[in-house]
Amino acid sequence: MNEITQGLAEAGRLIFSLDPDLLEIVALSLRVTLSAVVIASAIGLPLGAWLVVNRFRFRRHTIAVLNALMGLPPVVVGLVVYMLLSRAGPFGVLDLLFTPTAMIIAQVIIITPLIASISHQTIRDLWAEYHDLLISLSATRRQRIAALLWDGRRALLTAMLAGFGRGIGEVGAIMIVGGNIDHSTRVLTTAISLETGKGNFAFAMGLGFVLIALAVLVNLTIHSLSRTERASVW
Amino acid sequence: MNLKKTLAAVLAILVYGQIAMADDIRLAVTTSFHNSGLSDVLLPEIKADLDLEVKLLVVGTGQALRLGKAGDVDAILVHSRKAELAFLEGGFGTHRREIMFNDFVLIGPSADPAGIAGVKTAVEALQKIAGAKASFVSRGDDSGTHKKEAMLWQGVKGVGDVPTQGWYRAVGAGMGASLNTASGMNAYIMADRASWLKFGNKGDLTLLFSGDPVLFNQYAYLPVNPELHPHVKKELAVKLENWLAGPKAEKLISDYKIGGELLFTFNAK
Repeated sequence: MNEITQGLAEAGRLIFSLDPDLLEIVALSLRVTLSAVVIASAIGLPLGAWLVVNRFRFRRHTIAVLNALMGLPPVVVGLVVYMLLSRAGPFGVLDLLFTPTAMIIAQVIIITPLIASISHQTIRDLWAEYHDLLISLSATRRQRIAALLWDGRRALLTAMLAGFGRGIGEVGAIMIVGGNIDHSTRVLTTAISLETGKGNFAFAMGLGFVLIALAVLVNLTIHSLSRTERASVW
Repeated sequence: MNLKKTLAAVLAILVYGQIAMADDIRLAVTTSFHNSGLSDVLLPEIKADLDLEVKLLVVGTGQALRLGKAGDVDAILVHSRKAELAFLEGGFGTHRREIMFNDFVLIGPSADPAGIAGVKTAVEALQKIAGAKASFVSRGDDSGTHKKEAMLWQGVKGVGDVPTQGWYRAVGAGMGASLNTASGMNAYIMADRASWLKFGNKGDLTLLFSGDPVLFNQYAYLPVNPELHPHVKKELAVKLENWLAGPKAEKLISDYKIGGELLFTFNAK
């Protein structure tokens, strides 16, 4: 129990002293996961909507697979991305292994199915409401997808935040493809893992509390920017 | 949200992140090199002297050798002579330069239920642990420490090549994580002296046995073969090697003590 309180104290010390190493780690954590969320959303949101408005032969199978991919094990994703980016692998010449870019690639693969799947569920409900209207306006597929995405934007935010949550707390994949290199690819989760390995539990706990606080802060910021949960706007 | 702007910003950050790197080299090192705190002493000095950023990949010896074989790092610093020689024989490295040594020690609960404190050899100590069926945590991750431990078990009677009984717990983790497990289970474990001294969660564990010459632990530096992997930074790897084997490193390593105990002994020639 004592170590948990020590961890809280350590977290306070780290935050209020604006420890430069901590700021660097936090900045990289945000850079990697926010980039991954933006890219994954650019793929996942339209994909989710596309699956709603289109009817094709293996649609149900595609959706089932997409839902299953939400549980993609990060450590396997990390291993596959590692083997692809390794010098011995097909994309070795790009020299991306052990860089933040490699970490973003791994996280995009982990997050995209999650965002696509949640946005698909959300938009499906909206489509039931909008179906007759959009058909009678003879909107094109592209216009239908755009209208659904725009009108469902607040609910889709949840999909993106879920993706952010999965990414920021992820350690298995980024440890393998990033290598946890100090001042280069060390993020909060890999730093926590490292400090635990050293037996520095209080410091590791401190970093853990910083990570939780960061996740809360990002969620609050996005909610307040998008003005959700206010009386005047639904 | 303006998607185009955001994407442009993300791309800008990514590109900036790539060009911000100056002279740097990737070095795969064993967990003990980092967990002992020695890397925190050496790296800033290397940066100051050579203007060279050493990017450490802290892994077990097995994985370090694997990274070297694939050409994903420029050099490796490991401690498993047999595996290193096989690495050179396969043509994956140019040569092997010994840098420093320390020793392995046997750690266990202070009550010492297997009574290994007074024995003469490491094998005898393990024999006692096996005889008492006392919990023993093994790294089990193909690291240098694990390879050494597996070698010692081969001399122990009645357990086969490697013990498979319930009291033998292979955790498949780094030195620190394994020490955490041993601390939680109050079990015996073999560790390198440096990692043990620096470890912050000792609990009831204490150093019970050391000093057998078989526990000698040599660290060596091996640059990755540029003929096999033309992209490796050959000149920088040589520069780093000469620094690590030089007088400045000798002084820093020889002065690095925790609680008055020397962690590594410099022996580069």
